[in-house]
Amino acid sequence: MTVAWFGTFWDVYSNLVLSVGTNALLALSIWLTLACGMLSIANAAFMAIGAYASALLTLNFGWPFPVALAAGMAAPALMAFLIGRPTLRLSGVYLAMATLAFGEVVRIVLLNTDRVTGGALGLNGIPQLTRWWHVALALAVTLAVLWRMRRSRIGRAFEAIKEDETAAGLMGIDVAGYKMLAFVLGAAIAGLAGALNAHLTFFIGPGEYGFDRAVEILTMAILGGIGSLTGPVVGAVILTLLPELLRALQNFRLVFNGLILVLIVLFLPRGIWDTERLRRWAGIVRRQA
Amino acid sequence: MLAQQLVNALSLGCVYALFALGFTLIFGVLGVINLSHGAVFMVGAYAAEQAVSHLGLPLWGALIVAFAFSGVLGLVIDLLVLRPLRARNAPHLIPMIATIGVGIILTNAIQGIFGAQNIRFPEQLVSNRTISVEGIDVTALELGIILLSFMLMALLLLALKKTQLGRALRAIAESPRAAYLLGINVEGLFYLTSFVAAGLGGIAGVLIGLYSNALFPLMGKSMLEKGIAVIILGGMGDMRGALIGGLFLGLAEVLSVAYVGSSMRDAVAFGLLFLILLIRPRGLFGTLMERKV
Amino acid sequence: MGRHRTAAGVSTPLLRLDGLSRHFGGLMVLQDVNLEIPRGGIFGLIGPNGAGKTTVFNLITGLLAPTSGRIEFEHHSLSGCSPHRITRLGIARTFQNIRLFREMSLLENVMVGLHAKLGYRTHDLILATGHFRRDERAARERARELLSWVRLDHKLSDRADNLSYGDQRKLELARALASNPKLLLLDEPVAGMNSGEKDALMSDVRRISERGYTIFMIEHDMRFVMGLCQDIAVLNFGRIIARGAPDAIRVNAEVIEAYLGREDDDAAPDGAPGAAA
Repeated sequence: MTVAWFGTFWDVYSNLVLSVGTNALLALSIWLTLACGMLSIANAAFMAIGAYASALLTLNFGWPFPVALAAGMAAPALMAFLIGRPTLRLSGVYLAMATLAFGEVVRIVLLNTDRVTGGALGLNGIPQLTRWWHVALALAVTLAVLWRMRRSRIGRAFEAIKEDETAAGLMGIDVAGYKMLAFVLGAAIAGLAGALNAHLTFFIGPGEYGFDRAVEILTMAILGGIGSLTGPVVGAVILTLLPELLRALQNFRLVFNGLILVLIVLFLPRGIWDTERLRRWAGIVRRQA
Repeated sequence: MLAQQLVNALSLGCVYALFALGFTLIFGVLGVINLSHGAVFMVGAYAAEQAVSHLGLPLWGALIVAFAFSGVLGLVIDLLVLRPLRARNAPHLIPMIATIGVGIILTNAIQGIFGAQNIRFPEQLVSNRTISVEGIDVTALELGIILLSFMLMALLLLALKKTQLGRALRAIAESPRAAYLLGINVEGLFYLTSFVAAGLGGIAGVLIGLYSNALFPLMGKSMLEKGIAVIILGGMGDMRGALIGGLFLGLAEVLSVAYVGSSMRDAVAFGLLFLILLIRPRGLFGTLMERKV
Repeated sequence: MGRHRTAAGVSTPLLRLDGLSRHFGGLMVLQDVNLEIPRGGIFGLIGPNGAGKTTVFNLITGLLAPTSGRIEFEHHSLSGCSPHRITRLGIARTFQNIRLFREMSLLENVMVGLHAKLGYRTHDLILATGHFRRDERAARERARELLSWVRLDHKLSDRADNLSYGDQRKLELARALASNPKLLLLDEPVAGMNSGEKDALMSDVRRISERGYTIFMIEHDMRFVMGLCQDIAVLNFGRIIARGAPDAIRVNAEVIEAYLGREDDDAAPDGAPGAAA
């Protein structure tokens, strides 16, 4: 009985649930750079590179899925490493603008290299190799690694850089090196999400990886809050499920995405999962009990 | 042939410059990359179209409606979104993220109301006469765009350079705190800047709507991308830089369409932009106006 | 964890500034500064406001590059070294306008300072190996110990920005000590403190010096400088105008002229009331 119910549920919603997983990976990928105090909007582009690299390998060369996934992580990481040196010298809005421009360059290149990427038509017939446990495992491993990092000298270095780059350097922290680490690792995670997602959806096209996707990834992280690892995951869950709940609003659905972003920035600057606030609340509850 | 291209590039570049001028003005004075500027530009164009088709206003009336409607919208955005963030002293990336949200709201609201399809200004709004000078054809529209844009830009640059108001604005751009201590009404000038910048965006919206003969909800997005390219080319916060950058981008686009092919037009703009950011983040022409914190 | 010095090290200077100049645009902030700082002891650099004192620190720590001249630290040239390398060579500093990691706890602040001392590798931390756990535990212990040196060990998990001004200065001191520096640069360590706090910090600094750390400080408070330093240099308009023991500096005509000849808020170096910046 329960199993039958679950079977029906899974048939209808499996893609949605798995999207929650890949979106959580994306939110975590941008969390890494945000944790270092960098607003990089290139993650949609890294996702695209991961998606295309892996899909081309399975589609055209029949490579085994795990290898394709690894390539889907390595390709964007390599790209991040190459553009990282000049790009990460920039800070603040300049970094945001440069990564935004990079994202557009990637999208336009995908659009105009028809022979390899299918151009505007995208890639069709990608084998649907992603299973639910692939996504779950990827998310679990990513969370575990990031969780460990946060509680080590790397996490402290990130936070120090975010708060005061100059002072961080004078603590013996290799600021440029750690920024590069966050950037490359974020690109790899975004690429993994892209590769998993590509083998889930049968089709990918350049339009999916534009500015809108970049903003969506950013919104998930900001909505959930970047003070913890839970935040981005919570943000991804909400932002993935919200369109389903708002189906009745039809054309005005996306208005809510924008509204959420504005309201969060204005009223919950630390996001929904604000650990300090939660702790305060827990304290109040305990005192009353 | 090249001369003809140059005329086209000039009129297109003028619209880019007009749009970027408001964009860079906000960055210069408020220190905010206002990513809702594209949506405000689009809303201005729609407002003008509505005024023309429902009220039968002539072109100049449509332009005034666009200026006023976008201007007030810009003011409302400042009051509701940017001002609270200023009051909280939020780091400068935060208002930028908020304006992304504002842009999404406006774009999708317009799409919900008017649909995603193209709409047009009535044909008789602009004379379709063409002036021919030594084999170069200039349409009345192109000539109008060039004249109006230059007039508005000259007006703004003069106002900034010569008037008390302009001096106050430049003082704020230098340091809002110091300006405040000098007795300048900083908040009031922030509102004024938001109003004027958005209004100019609205006028640019009408002009580009006439030039490309189409209005659609996402028109602001591509314009915003060009605006970003322009102000980075010209140096962020630099008025003359926006003018030169706008003309430069218009030229680069027209020439790349003519000699490379239309599909790579955006790639040229963005590739150029990306390279400039890496090599000369202060812009090709401008000097960086960096705030002393 | 005391430090001990070899007797042979005393003869060669720890830090040598050789013809150091720095211009900002047309403005010459430092001109031909020559200074040798021996191992051990507390060395002071004083001078009127705008004399270029903080610029000296910024050059030593690699935040600025000199226009000309050399900086040698233990016979290593520091030119072209990035700040984090210089820190790893053994120089640490505090800031005139306190630069703590405000959203972190006291313990975390000091643990950031211990960054370069943690030897574990990436796989150690991902797998939480024994090496990782041992290092982290030792770092926490060391951080606690350093905080006790400045009497802040009862506030380990407080957020740094909740501290009083004086305590923030002390936290910065503990954080700078975390890298176990051979040379500790203090930029106006008692600015903004009341006299009770100053006295307490004076004995803290003296104790730190007695543990074997070489200290080089910039300070406006003459009572503090004269009370702590054995050796003082005076900077005026970007040039060193005097160097010597406190008693000699106090009566040096050129130094008195430098302070009295200018109308700023610095008092003469003889420690008149209100000498603090």
